[in-house]
Amino acid sequence: MADVASLSPSAEALRRDAAGPSGPKPRHVLSRRNIFLYGTLIVVALYYLLPLYVMIVTSLKGMPEIRLGNIFSPPLEITFEPWVKAWASACTGLNCDGLSRGFWNSVRITVPSVILSIAIASVNGYALANWRFKGADTFFIILIVGAFIPYQVMIYPIVIILREIGIYGTLTGLVIVHSIFGMPILTLLFRNYFTSIPEELFRAARVDGAGFWGIYLRIMLPMSLPIFVVAIILQVTGIWNDFLFGVVYTRPDTYPMTVQLNNIVNSVQGVKEYNVNMAATILTGLVPLIVYFVSGKLFVRGIAAGAVKG
Amino acid sequence: MSNSERPSKLFRNLNAKVASIPMVLTALVVFVGGTAWTVLYSFTNSKLLPRLNFVGLDQYHRLWSTSRWLVSIENLLIYGAISLVFSLVIGFLLAALLDQKIRFEDTFRTIFLYPFALSFIVTGLVWQWLLNPDFGVQRVVRDLGWTSFSFDPLYNSSIVIYGISIAALWQGTGLIMCLMLAGLRGIDEDIWKAARVDGIPTWKTYLFIVIPMMRPVFITTLVIIAAGIVKVYDLVVAQTSGGPGIASEVPAKYVYDYMFFAQNLGQGFAASTMMLLSVVIVIVPWAYLEFGGKKRG
Repeated sequence: MADVASLSPSAEALRRDAAGPSGPKPRHVLSRRNIFLYGTLIVVALYYLLPLYVMIVTSLKGMPEIRLGNIFSPPLEITFEPWVKAWASACTGLNCDGLSRGFWNSVRITVPSVILSIAIASVNGYALANWRFKGADTFFIILIVGAFIPYQVMIYPIVIILREIGIYGTLTGLVIVHSIFGMPILTLLFRNYFTSIPEELFRAARVDGAGFWGIYLRIMLPMSLPIFVVAIILQVTGIWNDFLFGVVYTRPDTYPMTVQLNNIVNSVQGVKEYNVNMAATILTGLVPLIVYFVSGKLFVRGIAAGAVKG
Repeated sequence: MSNSERPSKLFRNLNAKVASIPMVLTALVVFVGGTAWTVLYSFTNSKLLPRLNFVGLDQYHRLWSTSRWLVSIENLLIYGAISLVFSLVIGFLLAALLDQKIRFEDTFRTIFLYPFALSFIVTGLVWQWLLNPDFGVQRVVRDLGWTSFSFDPLYNSSIVIYGISIAALWQGTGLIMCLMLAGLRGIDEDIWKAARVDGIPTWKTYLFIVIPMMRPVFITTLVIIAAGIVKVYDLVVAQTSGGPGIASEVPAKYVYDYMFFAQNLGQGFAASTMMLLSVVIVIVPWAYLEFGGKKRG
């Protein structure tokens, strides 16, 4: 009721149809307000879209055209060569096999990290929500507060731990690091979700003789698929976009895509090929962008929760 | 597993405890242990390898007399002030605009938020290209006729940190907008009606009624922005690598460079401990209010 009443004036003004005014307010006031409102929003939206546009346009031009032309002008002659070069033969130091190596490294880092971190955190959140033991909350609070400790403080001790285990510099090591640092926010996410599931369901399952894992797998898991999707979105974008852990815990041949991209673009030797650089930049941003555009509102939910990660 | 027949208290706790082992290890070994370790070793003269050779506050004295660190701190303060003020103001304004029951709200929100899906590396490299003096905005404006126009923030050491802030704001304001929008949507419609009935202008309603009501949202947002500011690293690496010279260095980069390039671990530990200290000052009061008071089940 309240919604309809407040919605109709602006919607009507927008349509500018001939239907009679429903309120006493003169229409031109509303439409001037709308011109300001939409004008501002469109200008800001163009500003936000501009870098994406420039990236795409630049990546489709040849180098001569870039030198002569304007970065905002559309390509006169579309070429996909920069994309091919960025993917298959751009150089970082002595390696000239393009971004593809970084891409596959990132895949091999992201997939297990996402699975492992969500598996750990969901069971953890479940234990915290339904099977609390003495002291569990203390650890949980440490975990949440720990999420705010700058990573720089913990980088080196983890290097030592990984070196002692013998997995420093390997993808396994990086997967573990991602699982550790994904834990606070994911555990919070799952704990809050599982807490909101009615206690009666849990009790009924207990009466029927289901145990810790039985309830988790047969009741909690099927009931909480949306939160799993949110967690997956959060982790895929977060881990794919990571740079710091990639640069600290891997070696050149196992560098994730972001690190390799930075090395390609910011390498000091050779002629700068801006079109290849931009193609490489888009390629690196493509995975999170696709996740973002496909997931829509769930992404918003994910970042609203994940924002705490900082 | 074995408790499905006889749910004894011991076994139930055992399962939950087994499931919590990763959390306990992370909390105790990495978060508490790692932090304590770094703080402890910041009082040593560790160089290439960590050694327990205590030298008191020497590393901190050296840290605060290193010009690179002082530049880093200054940059962090400027960058932080810009991020805080502008992302709050722009984020709130955009959220208020989107909250006017407009059409295509989802489209606009999608556009404002997409940069947040991109990594800082991608963000930094795009803006490095846009701000490139030979090809980017400066060149375009000069080609239009203003031949003396100058806009090269990434190559001018006195304004380079502002150039980095432009990219950071482009990437991050969408998130703030989303949080603010959620806050605005949480305000009861009746408040607006009451204000309208009383004839209070819209801007006054926002300033004196809505914003004070959104205090919790603002506090959370503030903490999120603050935590992000201290961590700024990838963006600088991608955009300028700390240059020109040391003009755009930031503390996180100082730490990394001293730990992994300069083979001066003690300096790195001392610098990271200072970063921790700055976060503690911001976070602890907030965390206490948020988690310390209430223990819900």
